[in-house]
Amino acid sequence: MAAASGLKPILKGLSFALVGLLIGAGLGLLFTSLTNRPSTEPVIVLGYVFALLGWLLGVGLWDAWGREWVGLPVQGEAGHDWRRFFRFTTDHKIIGVQYLVTFVVVMLLAGIASVLMRVELMAPGKNILGPNEFNTTMSLHGIMMIAVAVATIIGGFANFLLPLMIGADDVAFPRINALSYWIIPPVAVLLLLTPFFGGFDSGWTAYPPLSVINAHGQLLFLLAFLTFGVSSILGGLNFLTTIIKLRAPGMTWGRLPIFVWSIFAAALISLTATQFVAYGLLMIILDRVVGMSFFRASEGGNPLLYEHIFWFYSHPAVYIMILPAFGIALEVLTHFSRKPLFAYKWVVGAFLGIVGLSFIVWAHHLYTSGMPNSLHIPFMVTTELISIPTGVVFLAALGTIWMGRLWLTTPMLFAIAFVFNFLIGGVTGIFLADVPTDIQLQDNYFVVAHFHYTIMGGEIFAIMAGLYYWFPKVTGRMYHEKLGKVHFWSMFLTYNVTFLAMFWAGIQGMNRRVADYIPDLAGINLFVSIASFFLAASFLILVYNLVRSWARGTVASASPWRARTLEWQTSSPPPLENFPHPPVVVGHPYDYGVPGSVHAAPAPVGGGSEDER
Amino acid sequence: MVEATASHPVHDRLSINRLGLWLFIISDSFLFAALLSSRFFLQGVHRPAELNQPLGLVISIILVASSLTAYRSEMAAAHGDQRGFRNNILMTIGLGLLFIIGVGVEWREAFTHFPPSTGFGTIFFTLTGVHASHVLSGLILLGIVLFLGRKGRFTSGSYWGVEGAVKYWHFVDVAWVFIYPTLYLVS
Ligand SMILES: [Cu+2]
Repeated sequence: MAAASGLKPILKGLSFALVGLLIGAGLGLLFTSLTNRPSTEPVIVLGYVFALLGWLLGVGLWDAWGREWVGLPVQGEAGHDWRRFFRFTTDHKIIGVQYLVTFVVVMLLAGIASVLMRVELMAPGKNILGPNEFNTTMSLHGIMMIAVAVATIIGGFANFLLPLMIGADDVAFPRINALSYWIIPPVAVLLLLTPFFGGFDSGWTAYPPLSVINAHGQLLFLLAFLTFGVSSILGGLNFLTTIIKLRAPGMTWGRLPIFVWSIFAAALISLTATQFVAYGLLMIILDRVVGMSFFRASEGGNPLLYEHIFWFYSHPAVYIMILPAFGIALEVLTHFSRKPLFAYKWVVGAFLGIVGLSFIVWAHHLYTSGMPNSLHIPFMVTTELISIPTGVVFLAALGTIWMGRLWLTTPMLFAIAFVFNFLIGGVTGIFLADVPTDIQLQDNYFVVAHFHYTIMGGEIFAIMAGLYYWFPKVTGRMYHEKLGKVHFWSMFLTYNVTFLAMFWAGIQGMNRRVADYIPDLAGINLFVSIASFFLAASFLILVYNLVRSWARGTVASASPWRARTLEWQTSSPPPLENFPHPPVVVGHPYDYGVPGSVHAAPAPVGGGSEDER
Repeated sequence: MVEATASHPVHDRLSINRLGLWLFIISDSFLFAALLSSRFFLQGVHRPAELNQPLGLVISIILVASSLTAYRSEMAAAHGDQRGFRNNILMTIGLGLLFIIGVGVEWREAFTHFPPSTGFGTIFFTLTGVHASHVLSGLILLGIVLFLGRKGRFTSGSYWGVEGAVKYWHFVDVAWVFIYPTLYLVS
């Protein structure tokens, strides 16, 4: 009974979604009966759009917001037990937990997909997956991990922590925040349904003309990605407004924690560039569903248009992923080195420089696609320019650790590993930015390895650092330190063995996105596969540690790391209003070891009277 | 957009809402930038002779005129002139509907001359279609504002709903000011 009442909003959302699905599908049939086009895809599109609307209204958008638009009072939320995690709640901390749990689960699912791929690749020929199943598995792994990389930090960590770090009581638009989360479950449902609609073998990049002509599963993918984009744009808008408008008194731009700056930079990109990928996906949908000719060469269409539009988002998108990872890593490095963050202002400048440059490098993904040769050199130059601001961040990380009194906890180990892995990712990126080498390395495992060194070795390691670092703040309990270290060393070693070997496989000619290969490559592939199974197993330690510690870890104090940023100056977990006494910021957050320095003090209670404290 | 509950009593809710709307407009501008760039990428400056030039001009004038009435309704709301506010919103909605009807007539003709499956038709229907969907959402917002206005929800001191809807409407107009020459005038 309790479970049923707790899940009532979700059941209501599902039933509204069903009604929407029927209405939309009916409209789709009606429209297509007027033309002579096949009806399946219009029915899917309209059915989904109306089902999505129904789901959102039913799950809480109507009660919390819609009623206001027709002049009715909105209905508040209730409950402080586990049920609040299954509601359209506007508390940024609950939304942060919703994001974190959701995307850790998605990460594990996508990890299972990668294990399936590595099983198939253990030996030449067919093992467990045929070519189509392999490519669908590969595509699902790709898009789900991209979603994890985009949303875990901004949606999860930033939601929970950013308002705390700037001394606010919530984000600027709490209901838009809830909307940006509850729009995600339909994305997951669509993606998990794709194998039942013929799958999609296009990879997460979905290049036409393949993505225009293949099975209906592709359409489900397109709708899912588009929906996810909406969530990403809303999130960016919310965080920018929050940072600009809701900083506590005294929290000047020069005193902003570096994690907040990194979210600010990433949010600038997700607010703007995401519109481009939305349009790219829309073009494919229009070609498929309405029969337009964006990509049909006989009618003047051109698939290169998609690649330009897509990468105008998707290159900056890697900075949506990696900038917040820089933020977490620098945050952890400075707190556990007990030293001020080295070159704080240069790092902020580097973040903003990366944002600017990220918009003028996209065509390095098109060196071999047939774009004019005259564009090669300009995009090579802009791409290599990015190594200047990223180099600044790298040096700031080293300068922070330098001569510090390092406290080697699990999050610190992950943050140091982040610096190491990202160096390899950055250096190997130069070979792909350079036109001559890129033409050789195009579409082989060197690219796969490079990309995974930046996003997995980089961002996922930073996410691990963040998970352990803020675990006590979010759950109120400590994780198991020994298990954490076992997880770190097993993941760090197996990760590097797996992906360093992939560079070699790529140079030997192992192509990406294929289920089979020539027998010469059997040895290296078997090696990579076995290493990757150990890497996958290391995540079991993480899951066990998180679940076990959340249930019965030792109770955490307000500030177990004695860190100075504001999120540690309130209880673990923080109360609904975040700070019983709103803080006033009086100094820099990272002045460790500076005599007499203070970051923040609670505001005087009762409008200036000091006696009550 | 009508995020107006008192969750942040200490902060200036109005300036937060304004910033949020401006950021949304910046974001949406990128969508229109992508639309316009795809026109030039695929079709260059090719322009079919069958475009209905007089109709294109007329609906453009109608939409610009609707921005004027929208502005007047916001000013009236700011001065507490409920009647002026409601009448001008009503006129804006009327002009917006005229614009949509005009686009509908355009589409009927376009289907015979350059249907969506052709190169120029692809661009024409996508640009006008995405823009028209913005006009429709603007009309829904204006309709909600009119409804709430009738219930007396806006005063001279508190009319963010009106301001937000009208600003969005201006943005949709400005977007058309770019789309119109891109489709009808360049060659
Ligand atoms: Cu790139």
